[in-house]
Amino acid sequence: MSDVKITVNVDKCLAVNKYEPDDQAHIVLVDDPDDAEFLKLVRVCPAALYKIEADGAKRFDYSGCLECGTCRIVCGDTIVEKWVNPAAGCGVQYRYG
Amino acid sequence: MEERDFDAIVVGSGCAGPIAALELARAGKSVLVVERGDAAGSKNMTGGRIYMHPLRKVFDADTLATAPLERRIVREKIMLMAPDAEFTIDFSSDAMRTDNDSYSVLRGPFDQWLADQAEEAGAEYICGIPVEEVVKDDAGAVIGIRAGEDEITANVVILCDGVNSLLTEQAVGYKRPPASAIAVGIKQTFALPAKTISDRCLVTSDGEGVAMLIAGDATKGKFGGGFMYTNRESVSLGIVAGIEAVSKSEYPICQMMEELKSHPGIAALIEGGELVEHSGHMVPEGGLHIMPKLVGDGVLVAGESAMMCINFGYAVRGMDYAVAAGQMAGKAAVRALDAGDVSARGLSCYQDMLEESFVMKDLRSFSAEPEFLEHFDRMFCGYPEMVRDVMNNMFVIDGSPAKHVKDSVLPEVKKMGYMNILRDVRGACKAL
Repeated sequence: MSDVKITVNVDKCLAVNKYEPDDQAHIVLVDDPDDAEFLKLVRVCPAALYKIEADGAKRFDYSGCLECGTCRIVCGDTIVEKWVNPAAGCGVQYRYG
Repeated sequence: MEERDFDAIVVGSGCAGPIAALELARAGKSVLVVERGDAAGSKNMTGGRIYMHPLRKVFDADTLATAPLERRIVREKIMLMAPDAEFTIDFSSDAMRTDNDSYSVLRGPFDQWLADQAEEAGAEYICGIPVEEVVKDDAGAVIGIRAGEDEITANVVILCDGVNSLLTEQAVGYKRPPASAIAVGIKQTFALPAKTISDRCLVTSDGEGVAMLIAGDATKGKFGGGFMYTNRESVSLGIVAGIEAVSKSEYPICQMMEELKSHPGIAALIEGGELVEHSGHMVPEGGLHIMPKLVGDGVLVAGESAMMCINFGYAVRGMDYAVAAGQMAGKAAVRALDAGDVSARGLSCYQDMLEESFVMKDLRSFSAEPEFLEHFDRMFCGYPEMVRDVMNNMFVIDGSPAKHVKDSVLPEVKKMGYMNILRDVRGACKAL
């Protein structure tokens, strides 16, 4: 990703949050998502759940989701195939908010 | 009117929902609030600060005194941030200590309090249930909600389910807004002792605090800004940036956040603080241009799900619009129920009340704002650096013959271009 050095470890930040795990993915991407569209999600997701590995492989894990809906807005017509709220009682539980 | 399970159902317990429910309950109507979080507030997040004026129209002073507000904001700061400098306007006034005040707030405890008030007034609550659909009759009027296998019916459904509403499309034909009209917010909350926060922010009481907005390097020159609000025993620090702008930026929003924390102008404020939460939320900055229909047959839309939000540049407002709109939605529903007409026509008094109030008046009079701010590039990259250079000329002394102020200022202003500045000032005067 160009000249910007990525130093942030967002997973470590998410580890302080409280989550109730959902065994069903509430966000589903299309098979083999477009590179440029995926890169948008890498940039906008405030939980950095969309990752491109060193070998170029794309990775997405819904389990740290903050349920903001940003990916639905930016790629709802392209590579985000499904976006629903997590199942009853599941997902992030803000204690501060 | 048809026999239904409830007079009204409110979807979502944020700022608008519980107040709509409270108005209905106070009028003796049966009302159910369905909230997807396990507790009210557990899915909600703000920067944030709430302006108190509409809450004073809902609650008396004694009740309001029990609200879990954080600190009364008595100091406003606007920071122009260059990568290696920052210039801050710092304003405090006794007028901030009147009934026209504002408080920093954390939505977890605050929304729970609002829900408690609605429940005490007689509203029923179900938490932990995401509403999947509205239920419509054959004519297309909304007559209830569906969650899983359960259908619950009501004469009026009030949607207060937030900026990422999955129901407005089906209920009132809303089309998902474009990425250019919505911003993404990211926030980290740092726990610190109350006294430490007060000392760092130059307030003399732990009940008082600071709000700060940051333009420039916080978003690496992109459309958006940073924010900082002091809570009683924590500091909320974050960024709100245009989704489209970030999606094209080299900087992911999370990296912007990381670098904001280490900027000298910010690092000293959160030094020693323990990260206790990392949160995200969308901000519907498009305002008027992206609002859904607010009234349909059997349905009203209020608060953030109605995109009621304005970024003024020097302040961001949304929660006070939500509180006021929630109250008006509740009152309109009562009136329609009493008149026995819950069609769009019967409920249209909601739209009338909003138009008469500061809510729609503000949204209309500041409708040029989103477009202006989005293209105010020099505010995000240019002016912070210009101000830095002027200030360096004035305050950094190298022993060469001192310059007159005009010789410190004018060369830097000339670099930016007089016409550019004139154009921006004119644009700002028109839009802001």
